Amino acid sequence: MSTWRFAVNGEPVEVDVPGMRRLLDVLREDLALTGTKEGCGEGECGACTVLVDGAPVDSCLVPVCQVDGARIATVEGLAAPSPEGAVLDPLQQAFLEAGGAQCGICTPGMLMAARAYLDGGGGPDETAIRTAIAGNLCRCTGYTKIVDAIAIAAGGRG
Amino acid sequence: MTIRTSPSRTTTPVTPSPAAPDALVVRRGALLPGRVRPAAPLRREGPAKLTGEAKYADDLVFPGAWYGATIRSADAHARFDGFDLDPALDWSSVAVVTAADIPGENIVSLISDDQPVLVPVGGEIQHHAEPLVLLAAADRETLRSARHAVTIRTTPLEPVFDPLASEHVFAHYEIASGDLDAGFAEADFILEGEYRVGHQEQLYIENNAMIAVPREDGGVAVHGSLQCPYYIHKALKRSLRLTAEQARVVQAETGGGFGGKEEYPSIIALHAALLARRTGKPVRMIYDRHEDLAATTKRHPAIVTHRTGVKADGTLVAQDIDVVMDGGAYCTLTPVVLSRGAIHAGGPYRCPNVRIRARATRTNTPPNGAFRGFGAPQVEFAAEVQLGRLAETLGMSPLEIRRRNLYRIGDETPTGQILRESVAAEDVLERAAEAAEFEGVRSRTAKARARRAGSGHVPGSPLRTSRDRSASGIGVALAWHGAGFTGSGEVKLASVASVELGGDGRVRILTGSTEMGQGTKTIFPQLVAAELGLAADEVDMAAQDTALVPDSGPTVASRTAMVVGGLLIQAARRLRATVEERNAGAAFADVRARDAATHGPTRIDQQFEPYPHVHFDDDTYRGDAYPAFGWAACVATVDVDLDSGEVTVRDVVAADDIGTVIHPVLAEGQVEGGTLQAIGYATIEEIKLRHGRYLNDRLATYIIPTALDAPRIHAILVEAPFSGAPHGAKGVGELPMDVGAPAVVAAIHDAVGAWIHELPASPERILAALGTTRPVDGAPASAEVAAAIAEPIEAGTDPRPGAATDPQPMRGPRDPGEPT
Repeated sequence: MSTWRFAVNGEPVEVDVPGMRRLLDVLREDLALTGTKEGCGEGECGACTVLVDGAPVDSCLVPVCQVDGARIATVEGLAAPSPEGAVLDPLQQAFLEAGGAQCGICTPGMLMAARAYLDGGGGPDETAIRTAIAGNLCRCTGYTKIVDAIAIAAGGRG
Repeated sequence: MTIRTSPSRTTTPVTPSPAAPDALVVRRGALLPGRVRPAAPLRREGPAKLTGEAKYADDLVFPGAWYGATIRSADAHARFDGFDLDPALDWSSVAVVTAADIPGENIVSLISDDQPVLVPVGGEIQHHAEPLVLLAAADRETLRSARHAVTIRTTPLEPVFDPLASEHVFAHYEIASGDLDAGFAEADFILEGEYRVGHQEQLYIENNAMIAVPREDGGVAVHGSLQCPYYIHKALKRSLRLTAEQARVVQAETGGGFGGKEEYPSIIALHAALLARRTGKPVRMIYDRHEDLAATTKRHPAIVTHRTGVKADGTLVAQDIDVVMDGGAYCTLTPVVLSRGAIHAGGPYRCPNVRIRARATRTNTPPNGAFRGFGAPQVEFAAEVQLGRLAETLGMSPLEIRRRNLYRIGDETPTGQILRESVAAEDVLERAAEAAEFEGVRSRTAKARARRAGSGHVPGSPLRTSRDRSASGIGVALAWHGAGFTGSGEVKLASVASVELGGDGRVRILTGSTEMGQGTKTIFPQLVAAELGLAADEVDMAAQDTALVPDSGPTVASRTAMVVGGLLIQAARRLRATVEERNAGAAFADVRARDAATHGPTRIDQQFEPYPHVHFDDDTYRGDAYPAFGWAACVATVDVDLDSGEVTVRDVVAADDIGTVIHPVLAEGQVEGGTLQAIGYATIEEIKLRHGRYLNDRLATYIIPTALDAPRIHAILVEAPFSGAPHGAKGVGELPMDVGAPAVVAAIHDAVGAWIHELPASPERILAALGTTRPVDGAPASAEVAAAIAEPIEAGTDPRPGAATDPQPMRGPRDPGEPT
């Protein structure tokens, strides 16, 4: 056991767990942030994508010792809290309107990959968007509406 | 983007019916062209899914829960002699459950009683992933140690892996119409073909998961990822000897199903419940991807042979079709999968003389089961490739041969069903062809192919001399899909759905139909709200919990919008009439609160009643196999790498007639998603087996299309309403799955001149068909491929555009890769 310190969605956290414990398990089980999903446990599906210092990673492949001191962003941090309830991030809003989420299990990871793409200055270019989410499998949508949603959020609306 | 159309703008008339006015529900809000319809509501559970708040099974926390695991067979066929527990392990902290611990019947309740919950010691193991022993422990580490400390003892038995050789037949059907011999005698050409498809995994991104919680009354509550709560409810009652109240099934948010969570969850629920009963603790049975891929159901592999008689003008006169499906080790849903396959085997085409023989047999492989399309994608792939080869033989356009034969109003199907209404085969075909500019693109690909064909190969080398390193092609396919359960299935189900005006004046929908991404929770309130004059968000949905909601039948067979949606509309109409009658005709929306305060809750239970004029005889297989059919056309454009054989599907246009469109965004989502699953089936998805075991049982090796593999899919929704449903909807889920694969294979043929007879059209198969290499197993994939290897495509002999209009008569199978 060691103590690992990092920030999740802007909040500092400290966990006492074995260093090889998966970041995914730390988030889901130790920090009760179950928005991040597990689809395969071997870095193929991208459902567990979170941002580590702004970069999308598969949290099932990252031991917690590697994120000591890092900034972690998960799906729970996208919407902004307000007295009336959460206000969706423009990316979440675009997914909702365009039909980018169906069963929703790939959605948290997909949103984080897309958030990293947009934060990196990505625009409404179809190939660039598809490349940015190529590590995130979706079995429901055929990707068309996900690509549309990201393009909308990138400022390509209408 | 997508194009939305309204019906009846083509030559196909849609017969008006007494119920037709009801199909046009006037609702508030924005109007779409051609129909009076409001803007569709946003996905109801969308915000919860987008913020991470939605709770899927593995997200649920039950304090003190134990973890469960399944010890499975490693043999395909064996006698289970017993098992040993390593004495070095402290077994006092591990629960061990065997078949002897099952209080009720050791049967997974479904169509046939052949599948055990756990194989008993002394019993027969039928496949390599068969559950034998269950374990549970308070923590994962103990459980992991325990799993490795169990040794299974077996005596191997001779397995059967070839469905053609298997003598154990789960089901067989024969459908016949007309006079087959007379039909072939009348034919100018006869073409034979054999087509094969393998397993396909549903690959929902959320693995199967179930948590069982003991109840104080001796029963159990299970929370899980599932499509059919009442299937599980029935299974629990039977094997655990529980009353209806003691068995409770609650759906957690479900991360995709596609049929893969139709029947298998019953087994997982039973296992978790047995362990919960033993330990007195909640038990979590959460499959990882490997276990889910290795053990749960797949799409049935099939071998389909066609012998088709056709007139010189392309008119079909005889179809003799033989379908063999591999059921795997247990019956599961195989008889109904096969039944749907048999009924759809001829494709959406009029043919006066037909014989369809279908059988499904047992092999010592994990049981196959439900997957979107349910028997139809296998047979429609075969039917469409066969028709494409016929067109090539006759020198006809693939579009033209379809126009000549497709079903129209008044035509009769092989079961003797007269298609009285809602037939949009021509409509979807023309719209897809037009949007994809099919004939124009095809004439360009033909020119490119003729130019390339002059090059030949460098002798003794797989290299081609042409500078072209890739070839483009365009292909079309047409399909039909029976809406709802086959035959008298809906009558037997007798589903119930309810609408309730609560004491608080809120309206609530009570139904066992589940949400798994397709939009149940959005369209049901939308439909009910429209009937009651309310906004969609003024109608609540009760949880899919067997303690709360009635059995609305399983969430399968593209039946939810059509059948259960129809029940809810009828219930809402009755509720409205009841309330308005006792409030002097005042509008429901205005008086509901007052009515509730005065009269208390009012609940309307609506039970399914047979659609008028729909009759089917299950014994003779004659009659109306489905109340209505959906119709779909797909045009695919591909690039084939001539060096590697790799296929890139560049563009797809999918036109689907789904009856009245309830929610355009969700319906397009179904078409787009189903189309991509079909493209995966066509190009990359394949299960490899060795000794009855899946070799690629991980996501690293069973691959599905990524965003970069996926084409942009243009969905066109066509509406030919079905008068039997109060809203005119026919269902959308499965239809697009039937048509994508043959369109891709036709496009590959258009690109390179070779037909691929076996899915997926992998690089290996394409290179083999091109004659540049041989299949990996060293043997040609078929006699036709062998001929193609012997004789590569030659210059200037392409029969298609501008080809002779008087092709040579021929009998027997024609080499697909050979020029005319």
